[in-house]
Amino acid sequence: MADREGRSHGVARVTATVLVGLAVFAACAVEMVEALTIVLAAGLTRGWRSALEGSALAVLVLAAIVAAVGPALIHLIPMSVLRVVVGSLLLVLGLQWLGKAILRASGHKALRDEVAIYKREVTRLSGLPLRGSGRDAAGFVISFKGVFLEGLEVVMIVLTLGLSSGNLGVAVIGAGSAVVLVGIVGAVLARQLSEVPENSMKMGVGLMLVTFGTFWGGEGAGLQWPGADLALFGLLALYGVTAWVAVGLLTRSRRQSGAAETT
Amino acid sequence: MRLGHWLATFGRFWWEFIVGDTPEIALGVAVIVIAGWLVAKSAPTAALVVVPLAIIALLVASLRRGLNAA
Repeated sequence: MADREGRSHGVARVTATVLVGLAVFAACAVEMVEALTIVLAAGLTRGWRSALEGSALAVLVLAAIVAAVGPALIHLIPMSVLRVVVGSLLLVLGLQWLGKAILRASGHKALRDEVAIYKREVTRLSGLPLRGSGRDAAGFVISFKGVFLEGLEVVMIVLTLGLSSGNLGVAVIGAGSAVVLVGIVGAVLARQLSEVPENSMKMGVGLMLVTFGTFWGGEGAGLQWPGADLALFGLLALYGVTAWVAVGLLTRSRRQSGAAETT
Repeated sequence: MRLGHWLATFGRFWWEFIVGDTPEIALGVAVIVIAGWLVAKSAPTAALVVVPLAIIALLVASLRRGLNAA
């Protein structure tokens, strides 16, 4: 009996760890697609050397932030306080992502158009004077800023999910693999970033962030979830159904108001 | 002067990150966390239902605000 309980607890822990890795991977992939749009525009207009150096420096600075802040937070702040703060941050971030993804999926908000953003960046960067040889400051700075600013949100997700689950390593691996994968896909597909199902990925990440935020925020506040880590699946299903119903209702209301306008 | 500028930038980053264009979410999460902590002390079982439902209510409220803004 105790053995079976221990085994199911172990399975729940492993599954929770996999969920953490997946959430970080998807969040990082979405942000990296957005950063890649800027890097590609900078690389093609200002030269690849500056664009790649700027991106590499940004990734190094972001990794240094995770390495410096992560262990310090674990040692300095009690776990219950950390979970309340982290849970709240995840809820804020997750509800922001989920809300925007629902509005976009139901047609109430325009989808992010990576091609249009890419074209705008290319036009803007082409207008700047180009130095004859060596490193191009504009290309370097724009790539650095693009990767750094998009990456800061990923750092926040890596730290919050990694620290609360006690799996900072898994979170870092999830983020690292997304950077590598998006980098390779970006290099191969170059300008076909509009093919990436960005909104569906954002919806998935939003759902997972809200789920983890509820779970850890609740634990930090003193809640004892039934089934421990297994409660994550119940919460994920609850929020998933809510999002599905919301998209359905909002899509229908938009169609109805569109039909009323045409008659 | 430089430190002041750096602190202002740091503060602006966090403000944008947490509040941004959805202040109702930041405020709502703060209220839910505090209320959840209070309910968990007196009625822990009820809190397990109340907290997720409050989060769904906050999502709906934020969607309504987003629809009005769209």
